[in-house]
Amino acid sequence: MEAITAFIDQYGLLMAQGTWDTIVMTVLSTLFAYVIGIPLGVLLILTAPGGLHPHRVFNSVLGWLVNIGRSIPFIILIVFMIPFTRAIVGTSLGVGGAIVPLTVAAAPFVARMVEQSLAEIDGGLVEAAQSFGAGTWQIITKVFLVESLPSLIRGASITFITLFGFVAMAGTVGAGGIGDIAIRYGYQRYQDDVMIVAIVLCVVIVQVAQSVANLIARKIDHRVK
Amino acid sequence: MIRLEHLSKTYSGRTGTHQALRGIDLHIEAGDVFGIIGQSGAGKSTLVRCINLLERPTEGHVLIDGKDITAYRGKELAKLRESIGMIFQNFSLFQQRTVLRNVMFPLELRHANKREAEARARELLKLVGLEDKGDRYPVQLSGGQQQRVAIARALANNPKIMLCDEATSALDTMTTHAILNLLRDINRELGVTMVVITHSLSVAQQVCNKVAVLDEGVIVEQGATAEVFGNPQSEATRRLIAADKGLLLDEYVAAQHEPYMGVPETPASAIAAGVINAADSIQAGNPAGTAAILDPVREAKGGDK
Ligand SMILES: Nc1ncnc2c1ncn2[C@@H]1O[C@H](COP(=O)(O)OP(=O)(O)OP(=O)(O)O)[C@@H](O)[C@H]1O
Ligand SMILES: [Mg+2]
Repeated sequence: MEAITAFIDQYGLLMAQGTWDTIVMTVLSTLFAYVIGIPLGVLLILTAPGGLHPHRVFNSVLGWLVNIGRSIPFIILIVFMIPFTRAIVGTSLGVGGAIVPLTVAAAPFVARMVEQSLAEIDGGLVEAAQSFGAGTWQIITKVFLVESLPSLIRGASITFITLFGFVAMAGTVGAGGIGDIAIRYGYQRYQDDVMIVAIVLCVVIVQVAQSVANLIARKIDHRVK
Repeated sequence: MIRLEHLSKTYSGRTGTHQALRGIDLHIEAGDVFGIIGQSGAGKSTLVRCINLLERPTEGHVLIDGKDITAYRGKELAKLRESIGMIFQNFSLFQQRTVLRNVMFPLELRHANKREAEARARELLKLVGLEDKGDRYPVQLSGGQQQRVAIARALANNPKIMLCDEATSALDTMTTHAILNLLRDINRELGVTMVVITHSLSVAQQVCNKVAVLDEGVIVEQGATAEVFGNPQSEATRRLIAADKGLLLDEYVAAQHEPYMGVPETPASAIAAGVINAADSIQAGNPAGTAAILDPVREAKGGDK
């Protein structure tokens, strides 16, 4: 009991701040990654062979860019992007500095997830919408994004959890957060208690994120009775 | 009302080209329930999809009310499609929308006033006998009920034309009769011209005043339903008749059956016909009546809810 109080006195604030920073970085970069990734995923589906606006060249080039984005290891991407990050947010450090590479790393991943979710939609629904006079924009907003919403939310939880891991890596190059604490205190200073608490916090955050996402996805999916 | 002139459609893919329609000439008059019948792969779906340009013909013209629409695109095409409802074999209802919001979908597309759209949707659900199912989701309905929702949705814009692509092929005999009756009522009472695609002779016989027989992309025979099936001129038609009797063409010809005129008196269709006749006489003028009468039958059958 005393040990716990002592630990909280010594590291409580630090760990709370670290946890908060990690959550903020993960949530914001997930959000920004979707802002970029959804249009990319939609474009991939629209221009695919047999899509609403098939365009072989555009589709290949975009698919290619997305693959390149996905193939650069994150830790290299962070370093490579430092000048670009500075230009956008003024710093390559801290929460702000981490969000730029995190977003860039996640956007292509999200694009593929969105593409996957949209590909699952029954082509008959798109056709039905067309038969009532729906244009492309209406099909995107009223069919694609509505019918695939449960799948998109499940995808978002995967993105969130993947980015959560990336945030820990970003922590080692000056982003802060719980991963940074685990490395600096737990690893470099042999503070096993800090390490263990950090790991437990990570596990809890990931579990909660997954459960909440599953719950929402189930709640809004009307394909199950 | 609908005129197809020298219509051809060639699909070209990696494996080569396939001519699905070859020089189709067809005239469907206002008020017709026009059947297009043929074997699987004959080109029926391709033909009906050319009417609302879901498929672009490679050659020829589609005329609706005398206007050549073949080159319509964008807004013009959307506007045209508002006047042509369509229903599908597997219903194609939006799974994440309630029944009511499915029916409102076509109205939503043209930014109709929300309250008016809802009132209209409820009115249509009543017409198809599902006024109490508005808040359900499609997955909670039986196939027959889902097709009724699809019919209500197709009627939302007050179309002049309704295209039905194998609308009853996923349904059992009894439900098929009920849906066909509903379509016939809609044709008679709302004056909607119907194009009914089917591979089934009995479906064509039950609702169509005219039929065209499609075989390998060519119309081999057309005319009044009773005449075409009563006095078949082409092998394709004879094959369809034979298939409906569960025979191969050779067997049918060898047996020298009388020209085929009616639904075979199997117990199921006899019951269905009886129920439908009752429904007609009691509830003439109210399509919902068929549902009211069929519901107890469904319950007896084991709760098709
Ligand atoms: N998108 C397409 N690309 C290539 N070929 C196609 C395409 N759609 C249809 N076809 C071919 O065109 C022919 C006619 O197809 P269609 O779907 O119109 O037949 P159908 O009479 O409706 O058959 P079914 O009763 O099985 O629905 C078939 O041989 C089919 O393989
Ligand atoms: Mg077909």
